Amino acid sequence: MPEANAARGRKVMARVGCASCHTIPGIAWPQGQVGPALQGFAAGNLISGQLPNRPDVLAAYVRNAPEVLPGTTMPAMPISEREARDVAAYLYTLEP
Amino acid sequence: MSRPISTRSSLESVFKGWPPPVLDPAGPYAGSISVLSWVLFAMAVVVLGVVLAALGVALFGGQRLKSRLGGQAVIWLGGIALPIVVLTALLVYGLSLTRNLGTPAPPGAMRVQVTGEMWWWRVAYLDSSGKVALWDANELHIPVGETVVLELRSADVIHSFWVPRLSGKLDMIPGRVNLMKIKADKPGSYGGQCAEYCGGPHALMGFVVVAHEPAEFRRIMADRQAALASKPPSGGRGEQLFASAGCAACHRIAGTPFNGMAGPDLTHVGTRRTLGAGILPNNRGTLMGWIGNAQAIKPGNRMPPYSVLPADDIRDLALYLEQQR
Ligand code: HEC
Ligand SMILES: [Cu+2]
Repeated sequence: MPEANAARGRKVMARVGCASCHTIPGIAWPQGQVGPALQGFAAGNLISGQLPNRPDVLAAYVRNAPEVLPGTTMPAMPISEREARDVAAYLYTLEP
Repeated sequence: MSRPISTRSSLESVFKGWPPPVLDPAGPYAGSISVLSWVLFAMAVVVLGVVLAALGVALFGGQRLKSRLGGQAVIWLGGIALPIVVLTALLVYGLSLTRNLGTPAPPGAMRVQVTGEMWWWRVAYLDSSGKVALWDANELHIPVGETVVLELRSADVIHSFWVPRLSGKLDMIPGRVNLMKIKADKPGSYGGQCAEYCGGPHALMGFVVVAHEPAEFRRIMADRQAALASKPPSGGRGEQLFASAGCAACHRIAGTPFNGMAGPDLTHVGTRRTLGAGILPNNRGTLMGWIGNAQAIKPGNRMPPYSVLPADDIRDLALYLEQQR
């Protein structure tokens, strides 16, 4: 994705508190346990076990998951589309 | 990769600066303390300069200079008379500067009881007769430009109330009521932190003061008061779960049958800036993370983890709590 910036994405994730549910490398606190740990996310090939792991899909998913994948329990998060692209970029840096 | 960052240190979106800037007062009571700190700091710098100069003379000065400085008179004047005069002047200045901290608040000032609990804060707005008008937790709303009196208490161990931009620290001691005045000159959110080690998650015991324009403040309080009497049952899944999962044993939501008092009042949890006592931003995601496993977020706190609840239930509880405004 052009212009997406992983470093900015990490800050966005820290700010809105994604780590309340996920343990995320690069975010020291909290290390939530409600959702899956995100270490190694880049290597997975499905988002939430169902969606193709593509940047555009991932960016839409982290911003408004229920819209992209009806029935998912991951909630919509208060971030802009641009921030969502940055978050996706950061997630793709998370090697196993 | 660069150094790990944390959600707590990213709370600037909630209140300006974290940790709260200590020498950046936003009201008169923090203001006088901050002026005094700077004066003391400046004097310490002067004293350090004098001491270093004397040391320089002792090490490198000529014989004549040394013998002049080593006499009885210098000791009496510089070592005893000068400190007495300077420290007395400082004492008088300091006491008059900070007199605003000790004087009683204007009659009729708004009073709020804030009780330190392990590891959160119970907030009770008092009416003019001293009775509790509204319960809340972890967040305090005040009108800009008015002195508000806080009755600081503790339910268990010693805590210390500290919102650096509005006040100094004051201990909350079991069995005692300590009075503190706060006043904000400008609207905004001001971060606070328990400043006396109180066990386990003490470091994660934060607080938020939100200052509003007076008209806005009175509107918020009137709305809350009006909502008290008549909260229509939502009838939703979240509300049923709140009862069946046992949340109501510890949490109160005014206007509903839920009246637990062991944990924070959740009547207005949907409006709070933060969750977990000033440590997380408040949104649907953090609410779900907290409900599902508060122990992973704030280890040792007194809310049990709900790892047994399916994710749908956690989401529906979060949706219900979001609406508590
Ligand atoms: C055993 C008592 C207890 C039970 C049961 C309980 N809680 Fe809590 N809850 C607490 C305590 C204590 C805190 C404050 C923790 C802290 O910050 O140290 C808390 C905090 C919270 C907060 C954060 C409030 C704030 O302002 O920061 C929410 C939201 C919450 N609980 C929701 C729930 C829900 C939903 C349930 C039911 C699934 C539940 N609680 C069950 C004791 C309980
Ligand atoms: Cu403490």
